[in-house]
Amino acid sequence: MFLSLFVISLVVAVLLAQVNKLTAKPIAAAKALKLENAIKEVVPEFDNNPVEEAYKMATPAGDSLLVYPAKKGDEVVGFAVNTYSNNGFSGNIQLMVGFDTGDKVVNYAVLSHAETPGLGSKMNAWFRDTAKPNQAVIGRNLSEGNLSVSKDGGQIDAITASTITSRAFLEAINKAYVVYKESDADSGATQQNNPEKKRKEERGGTHE
Amino acid sequence: MASETRTAQPATEKIMEYVGIIIVAIFVNNIVYSQFLGICPFLGVSKKIDTAIGMGLAVTFVLTISTIVTFLLQKGILDPFGLGYLQTISFILVIAALVQMVEIILKKVSPSLYQALGVFLPLITTNCAILGVAILVIQKDFNLLQSVVFAVATSLGFALALIIFSGIREQLSLTKIPKTMQGIPIALITAGIIAMAFMGFSGIDQVFK
Amino acid sequence: MNNNLKVIVNGLIKENPTFVLLLGMCPTLATTSSAINGMSMGLATMFVLICSNAAISALKNFIPDMVRIPAFIVVIAAFVTVVEMVMNAYVPALAASLGIFIPLIVVNCIVLGRAEAFASKNNVLASSLDGFGIGLGFTLALTLLGAIRELLGTGKIFSLSIYPENFGSLIFVLAPGAFIVLGYLIAVFNKLQKK
Repeated sequence: MFLSLFVISLVVAVLLAQVNKLTAKPIAAAKALKLENAIKEVVPEFDNNPVEEAYKMATPAGDSLLVYPAKKGDEVVGFAVNTYSNNGFSGNIQLMVGFDTGDKVVNYAVLSHAETPGLGSKMNAWFRDTAKPNQAVIGRNLSEGNLSVSKDGGQIDAITASTITSRAFLEAINKAYVVYKESDADSGATQQNNPEKKRKEERGGTHE
Repeated sequence: MASETRTAQPATEKIMEYVGIIIVAIFVNNIVYSQFLGICPFLGVSKKIDTAIGMGLAVTFVLTISTIVTFLLQKGILDPFGLGYLQTISFILVIAALVQMVEIILKKVSPSLYQALGVFLPLITTNCAILGVAILVIQKDFNLLQSVVFAVATSLGFALALIIFSGIREQLSLTKIPKTMQGIPIALITAGIIAMAFMGFSGIDQVFK
Repeated sequence: MNNNLKVIVNGLIKENPTFVLLLGMCPTLATTSSAINGMSMGLATMFVLICSNAAISALKNFIPDMVRIPAFIVVIAAFVTVVEMVMNAYVPALAASLGIFIPLIVVNCIVLGRAEAFASKNNVLASSLDGFGIGLGFTLALTLLGAIRELLGTGKIFSLSIYPENFGSLIFVLAPGAFIVLGYLIAVFNKLQKK
């Protein structure tokens, strides 16, 4: 009696191991593709492999963000930063934010969120709409100061009925900008005397 | 710098984090009204308040134990050996076996508790809330303590949902309802209206940040 | 042949798992925020139903009666895991939107119910057809529910705009809408069945 149950379980386990082997590669490829597409979407055109050159950069808050440098030829054209906020209406929001070398937001992509559908989830399009200058973050120059919603005296109109989501969204972008600023400073130094690696290690960022 | 700020995190903040988990699990992401888990027992045993309380207790009991066991199974066996793809299959078997065991042990150790909860135990294996919470805990990357807190709070949320609902259904059984709406249709619409009320809790966890 | 057709139609209307048997309520409510989500969930369940019904029917003489249920669960869980891995590999966005409800097909009472009530007593062909019929009934129910919620909530069906989104009432896409729309649909189905 138990023998047959055991045999069934064994056959099933072996079968699943095989399927797992078969699908492991496509699953990894799908994940990589999603990441690549997100990076492509948010930075100017590049010809290097930002995923391979990605590194972690510490933030003032004590954690670290992944930075994907985009280069054309040998010249850095922008940075994509995988940033987040834990202050969304329903918790964690993951974004990919791209900056050019002039402190401007090129574009963003929402990687994952749990905001209310139809309200907070509108952030996917809301902050992108350059036809409405009061709500778009694209093209904003963050060297002029951090972004904040107009309710808090800032320059960005929050999503209707979703101020908390909007605040979290902008918080993530501001967080990314700090990291970007340091990365940008590093890459500027690279062109002069290449102390890049040393400087990053001093900051406690791990090379990956 | 980073590690200093982490260790210096005051104890109250830690406690608030757990309070946050509890409030969210019971009210904001109520397992029935917003996560849609455990709907079958929710509709099945909510005609009387007594049975609703019994079912709520039984679920709390099993859910807590099973979450601990499946958590240890995941971290102790599946993760180290790279057997993540056996998660679904091993979790459901463990839960099925566990429910059986709880039933046998309860019968021997505490006949009075068995009297109260026994009838509900066989129904629990197919309660998707049990497997759902076991998987959710792994997905959310909780540690053991967080998992236990989450499991207890979630099952309290389930009990709360069940008790509120059965109270209303007891009243409903006394009112005149159009024939086609009787039974499940009116029950579902009632649940929808309660779900709307529960939506009012959303965002309340902002207080705990 | 006629008999086989009967088995399929039975699952579609007379024993429609959602509207008549009221089984598998969790995924029905949770994954129907849009027509495409509902349909995908239905199709995933249908695949598991057909495969597990066929496998269990083929194995029925090999499985001792005493360990019947655990054996069924193992077989079902195996197919569910296969669906999960394949979806993660080839339609990751869809897999993400259905989330935890893909592994939860294991505890969908429809699947175990059909294994016990039909597959363990009938031959492989009939069992597969039964799985197909019940699965189709489930898929149609979920698609219908998803389409109605999407239409009322966002003015679209399968992402095709029917009327401007601003006139939609969001509540139908959110949790309460699931309960309310399903409640009315079951009432309508009851009425139609009695006539």
